[in-house]
Amino acid sequence: MTPTLQLFLILSSALFCIGLLAALSRRHAVFILIGIEMMLAAAGLNFIAFWRFGPQPAPPTGVMITIFAIGIAAAEAAVGLALVIAVYRHLRTTNIDEIDELKG
Amino acid sequence: MSSWIVSHLWLIPSVPLAMALVVLSLTNSQQRLAAALAVAGQVVALLFSLGAFVATLPTPGYRAVQNFTWFTFGEQALRLGFVLDPLTAVMLVMITFVSLWIFVFSIGYMAEDAHFTRFFAYLSFFSAAMLGVVIANSLLLLFICWELVGLASYLLIGFWIHKPSAAAAAKKAFITTRIGDIGFFIGMLWLYGRTGTLLFYDGGKGALESAALLSLGAAATWIALLIFCGAAGKSGQFPLHVWLPDAMEGPTPVSALIHAATMVAAGVFLVARVYPLFSLGEIHGVTTSLTVVVWIGVITALMSALIAVAQADIKRILAYSTVSQLGLMMVSLGVGGVAAGIMHLLAHGFFKALLFLGSGSVIHGCHEEQDIRKMGGLRRVMPVTFLTYAIGMMALSGVPLFFSGAWTKEEILHATSLWSASHLPHYFMLLGVVLTALYMTRQMIYVFFGSRGSASNHAHESSPVMTMPLIVLATCAIVFSLVLTPAWPWLHSYLSGERPALNWSLLITPTLYVSLVLVVIGIGLGVLIYRGARETDPVERALPPVFRFLENRMWLDELYDWTVLALARFAARLSDFLDRYLWDGLFRLGSTLVGFFGTLTKGFDERAINGGVNEATDWACGLGRGIARRHSGQVQTYLGAIAIAMVALFIFYAWLT
Repeated sequence: MTPTLQLFLILSSALFCIGLLAALSRRHAVFILIGIEMMLAAAGLNFIAFWRFGPQPAPPTGVMITIFAIGIAAAEAAVGLALVIAVYRHLRTTNIDEIDELKG
Repeated sequence: MSSWIVSHLWLIPSVPLAMALVVLSLTNSQQRLAAALAVAGQVVALLFSLGAFVATLPTPGYRAVQNFTWFTFGEQALRLGFVLDPLTAVMLVMITFVSLWIFVFSIGYMAEDAHFTRFFAYLSFFSAAMLGVVIANSLLLLFICWELVGLASYLLIGFWIHKPSAAAAAKKAFITTRIGDIGFFIGMLWLYGRTGTLLFYDGGKGALESAALLSLGAAATWIALLIFCGAAGKSGQFPLHVWLPDAMEGPTPVSALIHAATMVAAGVFLVARVYPLFSLGEIHGVTTSLTVVVWIGVITALMSALIAVAQADIKRILAYSTVSQLGLMMVSLGVGGVAAGIMHLLAHGFFKALLFLGSGSVIHGCHEEQDIRKMGGLRRVMPVTFLTYAIGMMALSGVPLFFSGAWTKEEILHATSLWSASHLPHYFMLLGVVLTALYMTRQMIYVFFGSRGSASNHAHESSPVMTMPLIVLATCAIVFSLVLTPAWPWLHSYLSGERPALNWSLLITPTLYVSLVLVVIGIGLGVLIYRGARETDPVERALPPVFRFLENRMWLDELYDWTVLALARFAARLSDFLDRYLWDGLFRLGSTLVGFFGTLTKGFDERAINGGVNEATDWACGLGRGIARRHSGQVQTYLGAIAIAMVALFIFYAWLT
């Protein structure tokens, strides 16, 4: 099976859906973060795929965007984990069901 | 098979890695299967390594390289590769062999642990990462595997995660080595900027080959020193050695693995691998970067040997002994004895694994007691452990003729005496030999001789699955010396790409008498001082301030606490202060101003507008109450709403087109 654009798009949408499902259904804050990271990875994969199967030779835009996205994702994960720890210290739980401080 | 494995070198780390993944997916009730898989992975890796080793034997100075393109980036192609040369081959065999016996030992040692399978998965992962470091032909690939080793060590040191001290030690190891790795990374980028390649050997175009080295010029010194930062972090060289003794918080097989076969070997291996960078522009074998390596090694070796004399924890003594031996290896590399340094690394791998596993057996027998002052008289209760431990101790102290450590130490001392820059390292290393013999004698007397202590009353010999690795490694510590002697320096010639010659007259050299005298002084002093010693240390009684100083590890941890960590804490407090008062203050100022204007307009609002608006507000109130009911404060509900809205938007868009 030769790799085609469709294949990568299917893969990335599957990855996105898995990530979304994790972000929506897991109860532990860290798993929600992991889900969000998976969605980001899916978006990165899309960039790479469109770049790779677009007109060649092209400047390495897709790779550049993805590398930046990975860098930002790392920073975001650091902030996210810090938030989880801060929330844990404050509320003594990381179960997202028990946290409703955003209530109006 | 051996030519096949040369072209499939990547299989060697892949097998343990695959086993790690499989074992990780097992449940904890499948302990036998997990252990069997992990051990099988090591056996296969060992067989492959032996195949690769055999392939390098026929041609002196053998080197096989396979490079491939990882990805193309515009004009640049990033290439990785694998290399097989004598250095790689001996490291492969040593790592897989020692790891295999540590794995076997762990079956007995960890038998009652609740996370048995996870432990074996991590062990396999660790060995895979280390094998990756050894076969890498690209500084980048080496760095990736290097970081994986760091991750694995973090997981294993902090294996007993419920112990706060273990979690702290894991964090300390990870962060301390990371400080060195920043230097390594910058050096790597610099090297890439100057030479345009990170491959070591590439048919004349690699970074370690003459064309690239010539283009480096004076920058090579700095690049070499930056890379040495990484090596110093991993190999526990001063001033980044503080993590190594704390790493004893992990289970004992982990200590054996980290201190003998894998992690600490990585730093010495790295320096040996990029040695052309260090020796570029040498005058009589002396360069600036090599001189730094020598003196860092000397400081590390002496300092930790001194500290080891005043420690009470059986594993900590061995830990400082490791730091000291690594310093010795660095000195050897720095004075130009690359082969001698690597030989000592290999010999040390065998006998230090033996000593750590022996200490594990002692700890296990004494019901998890680690304080040597509470042990004693164990030689009758644990005869196998005692005999193998004694062999390891004599190999480490360098008792001449029969033990591998003695020959390699001899070689290093010989190399240091030939260094043209200064003779001081040679004399310091001689002192180091005395100290090594002294602290090992102290440990032996406390643990195995004398009367029974409180912890050794109910001691028992360990099960065969734990004593068998001890016997095998002890045999190795003796038999390994066959290829080390100056009469038939097979390993030395193999590593430096020559043909060995048999010459019996070289077996007994004058330096042999020197080291014999030194070892006898060390052991004699040890027996003299510590004979019949109990509870309070004789040195402590005689020289309390010196003992305190050494016992507290020269207060280096405290020094770091007052300087580096204090700076970090200050920065944290400053940010907290700015957050709390400066930014918050500005925000409050703004809100007060808004509040003030609000008060001004209040009167007008209340009289003129209110009446008309009341009608509308009632309606808005009702709407708000309705929406507030949806407003649960649950993040995931919001997230779900966003997702549904996205899907709705897509459908709308599809409908439009």
